[in-house]
Amino acid sequence: MKTLVEKGWRPTLVLVLLFIIWEFSVKILEIEQWLLPAPSQIFNELIHGTDVYLEHLWPTIQLCIIGLAIGCTVGIVTGIILHIVPFLRQAFYPILIISQNIPTIVLAPLLVIWFGFGMLPKIFVIILVCFFPITISLLDGFRQSDRDVMNYMKMAGATKQQIFWKLEWPNALPSLFSGIKISATYSVMGAVISEWLGASKGIGVYMQLSQSSFRTDRVFVAIILIVILSLLLLGLIMLLEKKMIRWRPKEGKSHE
Amino acid sequence: MSKLEINHLSISFGSQKILDDITFTAEEGEFISILGPSGSGKSTLFNLIGGILIPDEGSILLDGKEITGKRGSISYMPQSHALMPWRTILDNVLLGQEIAGKRDEKKALEMLGKAGLKGYEKHYPHELSGGMKQRVSFIRSLLSPQSLICLDEPFSALDEFTRFEMQNWLLSVWQQYKRTILFITHNIDEALYLSDRILVLSNKPASVQKEFIVPFKRPRTEEMLYSAEFLKWKQDIYREIKQYSL
Repeated sequence: MKTLVEKGWRPTLVLVLLFIIWEFSVKILEIEQWLLPAPSQIFNELIHGTDVYLEHLWPTIQLCIIGLAIGCTVGIVTGIILHIVPFLRQAFYPILIISQNIPTIVLAPLLVIWFGFGMLPKIFVIILVCFFPITISLLDGFRQSDRDVMNYMKMAGATKQQIFWKLEWPNALPSLFSGIKISATYSVMGAVISEWLGASKGIGVYMQLSQSSFRTDRVFVAIILIVILSLLLLGLIMLLEKKMIRWRPKEGKSHE
Repeated sequence: MSKLEINHLSISFGSQKILDDITFTAEEGEFISILGPSGSGKSTLFNLIGGILIPDEGSILLDGKEITGKRGSISYMPQSHALMPWRTILDNVLLGQEIAGKRDEKKALEMLGKAGLKGYEKHYPHELSGGMKQRVSFIRSLLSPQSLICLDEPFSALDEFTRFEMQNWLLSVWQQYKRTILFITHNIDEALYLSDRILVLSNKPASVQKEFIVPFKRPRTEEMLYSAEFLKWKQDIYREIKQYSL
């Protein structure tokens, strides 16, 4: 807690200063509300506008969690399969990398055509953006297994299964978690974008409605909600990481 | 019958010959050092005995049975401690037994205690010093069911003081448990101080250039290191190595 205060006061100060400058600039320059609302207005809306946005919050949270969970599973399974079947890795790894040049958003209309406006195409978008960082980081983690331990195990007669579960899998866990953390923030983005394409409820919908009615303060509220949601998901994953990785991962490649 | 028989072992990587017609034997409970310049293919020899590589020619027999290209016959300890950072010390030393399918925690605890690591069983490797990690690594080898232990420059990453301490520790443990040990080193003092026999390897391709039978009695003492006889032996071995590397 002490370190949080020690490390946190500088960025907090910068943010507070920024808000103060923003607030006064809006007041002094008499900027129109629909163009740029003052921070005080945004926070006011955040506190008093709950009955407007609260119903939009839950569908997005649901979408994120389901999408991320399936995305993780797909990512991990893909990573393991590509790792243990070298032929598949050689065949699919380059395709995977290249496929990341396709912005997922451009695929979304297609998914809507195929799967309609329900949950399914939205979850699909999230899975698509989530699984890639997970698969890549997992494969990276597998590859970075210590050569000496590997040799020790091989000479001691370890089977491929033993090498996988006793060495490669635990070795890849820290790397896997960095992948999941990236995916968690992607999942919120994926959820909001997919809601833009067609939904009845959700933060994305709330954002669009606010925009078309020139309630710029609400657009900012939506942004704040998205940030909070991302941070909460990230915190949840870091908690899980702390529970699962009690040892300190070695830094760099050195042995000492 | 010898514990280990290496017969006419040769291997090349591409067009480069690494090992050329290596032949030697090791008796039960013997401590043999393999001495040679760095990069002379000593580690390749271990990879062959460990079954990770298959020789172009020659065979390896352990207890009279052929183990060429077969894994699971030796316990290997590399230059780095090669401990798993996510396992506690106790779980680390039990790895070899786990691979073989049985865990004997009581014996492991007893040996850790004797190695001066009592109280560290539940610690993680990063909490230990370099010398302690090497001890843990060696205990892992001792606890493994394999009777032949291959040590690949285990102390070369340690500082001078810790190394000497570890050499003495290794000797005392080895005298208690009597295993056959193959010990790779490029340090002449270390080879003389520890082993019964020294095999000097020539450089590229490596073959057994000369064999020295170390005459010093056990248990070895620090005084031995300063004796005139020790220096004379050191000189002989050094000349032998130099003669070939020039």
